[in-house]
Amino acid sequence: MINGISINLYLLLSAVLFCIGAIGVMARRNTIILFMCIELMLNAVNLLLVAFSCLHKDATGQVFVFFVMAVAASEVAVGLAILSMIYRKKRSIDTALLQNLKH
Amino acid sequence: MSLVSLIPAFPLLGFIINGLFGKHVSKLTSGILGAGSILIAFVLALICFINQHPGQANEVILFPWIQSGSMDIHIGLLMDPLSILFTLIITGIGFLIHVYSMAYMHTDEGFSRFFTYLNLFVFFMLLLVLGNSLVLTFVGWEGVGLCSYLLIGFWFTNSNYNAAARKAFVMNRIGDLGFLLGIMLVWVSFGRLDYAYITTHPGLAGTDVITGIAILLFIGAIGKSAQIPLYTWLPDAMAGPTPVSALIHAATMVTAGIYMVVRMHAFYALSDTASALVAIIGGATALMAALIGVLQNDIKKILAYSTVSQLGLMFLGLGAGAYTASVFHVTTHAFFKALLFLGAGSVIHAMGGEQDIRFMGGLKKHIRITFITMLIGTIAISGVPPFSGFFSKDEILASVYAYSPALWLIGICASLLTSFYMFRMLFLVFYDSFRGSADQLHHLHESPKAMTIPLMVLAVLSVGGGVLGLPEFWHMHHALKAHLQSVLPYASTPHLNHSTEWMLMVLAVSGSLATIYFTYMLYIKYKVRPEHDASRLKFWQKLIQQKFYVDELYDMLFRKPLDWCSHVFYNTLDLKGIHALVNNSGKAIRVCGSMMQYIQNGKIGSYLMAMAFSIILVLFLILVY
Amino acid sequence: MNLLGYSLHQWVFGVLSFITIVFALMVVFSRNPVNSVLYLVLTFFGIAGHYLLLNAQFLAIVHIAVYAGAIMVLFLFVIMLMNLNADDEPQKTMSSKIIAGVLGGLLLFVIVGVLRQTAQILPQTQGAADIGLVKTLGMVLFNEFLFPFEIISILLLAALVGAIMIGKRETTESKL
Repeated sequence: MINGISINLYLLLSAVLFCIGAIGVMARRNTIILFMCIELMLNAVNLLLVAFSCLHKDATGQVFVFFVMAVAASEVAVGLAILSMIYRKKRSIDTALLQNLKH
Repeated sequence: MSLVSLIPAFPLLGFIINGLFGKHVSKLTSGILGAGSILIAFVLALICFINQHPGQANEVILFPWIQSGSMDIHIGLLMDPLSILFTLIITGIGFLIHVYSMAYMHTDEGFSRFFTYLNLFVFFMLLLVLGNSLVLTFVGWEGVGLCSYLLIGFWFTNSNYNAAARKAFVMNRIGDLGFLLGIMLVWVSFGRLDYAYITTHPGLAGTDVITGIAILLFIGAIGKSAQIPLYTWLPDAMAGPTPVSALIHAATMVTAGIYMVVRMHAFYALSDTASALVAIIGGATALMAALIGVLQNDIKKILAYSTVSQLGLMFLGLGAGAYTASVFHVTTHAFFKALLFLGAGSVIHAMGGEQDIRFMGGLKKHIRITFITMLIGTIAISGVPPFSGFFSKDEILASVYAYSPALWLIGICASLLTSFYMFRMLFLVFYDSFRGSADQLHHLHESPKAMTIPLMVLAVLSVGGGVLGLPEFWHMHHALKAHLQSVLPYASTPHLNHSTEWMLMVLAVSGSLATIYFTYMLYIKYKVRPEHDASRLKFWQKLIQQKFYVDELYDMLFRKPLDWCSHVFYNTLDLKGIHALVNNSGKAIRVCGSMMQYIQNGKIGSYLMAMAFSIILVLFLILVY
Repeated sequence: MNLLGYSLHQWVFGVLSFITIVFALMVVFSRNPVNSVLYLVLTFFGIAGHYLLLNAQFLAIVHIAVYAGAIMVLFLFVIMLMNLNADDEPQKTMSSKIIAGVLGGLLLFVIVGVLRQTAQILPQTQGAADIGLVKTLGMVLFNEFLFPFEIISILLLAALVGAIMIGKRETTESKL
């Protein structure tokens, strides 16, 4: 119980956000939206980490979130750079056009 | 006495040198090398024989061979009266045949190869008789089978000869299976395989086991010595060069079976069943082969059937317990059969390759030495005194009479038939006028000295060989019996009273002379000639001439079903079964692969869906289990 | 304060959760990518609110600064660069979308199911109550987690260099 809110509720909230992010990843063809949904999933996990850190009064969880944020930032930077390269080549960001790894 | 170990060493050396270098030296050198090694072996054997005290047996262990668990087999040579006798025969007659071959094979391309194989054969044969255990004998047994194959199919470009060689080898192998089983049974019963132990303690095994061992080993002898039912290879083996027929199929290899039975005579003496089997098969073979030989027209085939018949007679003697007599007959048979074969070779050489006696005749004017020697050989084989064949054959027949008069009757019939067809051959080949073509008549000439001198030596032996075993009821000394007495502790001498023996002897001789007279009347007086046209033969004549259709019977009973099996196995099991299995499993994987290809479609969306699905599945499994 | 049996905390939690989930859904389902970005920003604000509720003050500020301030701006830049609007938005087939929805639902179902099976989560009572403060967090970060902290800086350097290398326009490329 954190301030009267059971930890299960946080678990549920995090799970819901994660699944929404998963649906977004599977249902959208626009690569940028794809990235954003991935960020959403990461944030769901961050939320859960902080909740548990508060529950156990352990700072490790928050430090972890700190690092996750740093990694997420660098990942977005590199990912968007790649995306702009692809855009230059293909003039579109449709994932359906990125099929060169086919058999 | 390590002189013993040198005896087989020289033929082996000859084999190796001739094999490696024979093609690069002249034919004369190659021949001298081959014949010389046998001569040295003969001289060494003679020295050993002279130095041997009566009844002495030397065992020389050379080196250990198989040591596994309780099995401890050494390579060793056993020099005792029996083995030295056989060694002398092998090397002596072997040497004469080598000398003969130097002239006979003179124009052949594979001259050195011939001598290589001959030397190898002599080596293996010596190993067979000198071996100190059943294992070594078996090694020699298999080795001579191999050399027989190599030499029968010597002119390998002819596929008929190859088929004959294969037939010989396969039939030998069938017999060898029995031999091997016999060895295994000995091992299981005694734990040892060396002769020194087994032949002196046969009673350690029960009577059933003794009978089993004796019969199994005899099966090997049936194959090797061409008895019923495994005899059909010997007439076909005449496809090889004549010296081969003389050495292997008359004097030595086929006598390996006799050697084996005499060596293991303790088992046969202790088992009535096995002895009876040996005697019956021997008698049946003797009669049947003699019958077939009556109507053959190829000079070598006549001699081949004669060999089979004489071997049958020897086995008949062994079955009746007359071990010494059979060994005696082996010796005299080696003399006159080798003589007859070499003489036939000389005739064929004179006729420029013709082997059919219907096209010969009157040759005694042209090839006198061959004629005289062959006449001597023919008289010897017919059992006319005082030639050697008379003494040995008579001794066998006397023992057989003491054992079973019925079998004696079969034996005497076979002997009379032998006289008949041998003299038929002699008359048709050498007497009256020539029936061949003018070309052949032109070509007729006596053989070179290298061929006629061995003939003369063998003729002398055929005449005088009887001195080895003069019958005791003539109050003479039977040298062979005294010599072999120490190796035959279990032989029992049947005692016939003297009058019976005289009567049998007189019967045999008079019967033989009467047959010769009858043959003379038929072929010289009334000039009966063998039919050229096969369709004009009467039924019984055809039956005999076609060898009682035994080959065709074997074809139908064994070869066709085996062929059919082989076809079935190949087409159904192999092609449709195993190939299909292997190929289709590959195909199946490829099909699977091509179906799975569609998973890898490069679309990120589907990959992500697949990932999500897998996570769901895993978590679900955790949930449920 | 006790409104309808729930305390203030629980009400705030409920409102924040509602906001977060609604805006998250709208991120996924909106057609205009610019709208998606904006909705995501609002979602982040919701999550930052949650952080504050959990007394993780430092993280809340950092979250807003990094995510809403930097990352989303980056996304917006890229979208503007590509001049994307709702018209030429690629759409997946209906069946794909349905399958995606079903799979997502199943995923939620299974995750919840698995979590329900776990044992009761009990708080471990050691530690101070003010771990979310800057000072405390800083002490932990620089004492226990110094090495990862330094490594993170190298990671950021690598990302920086990587992004520049990848995004550089090649000189041989044709001028568009």
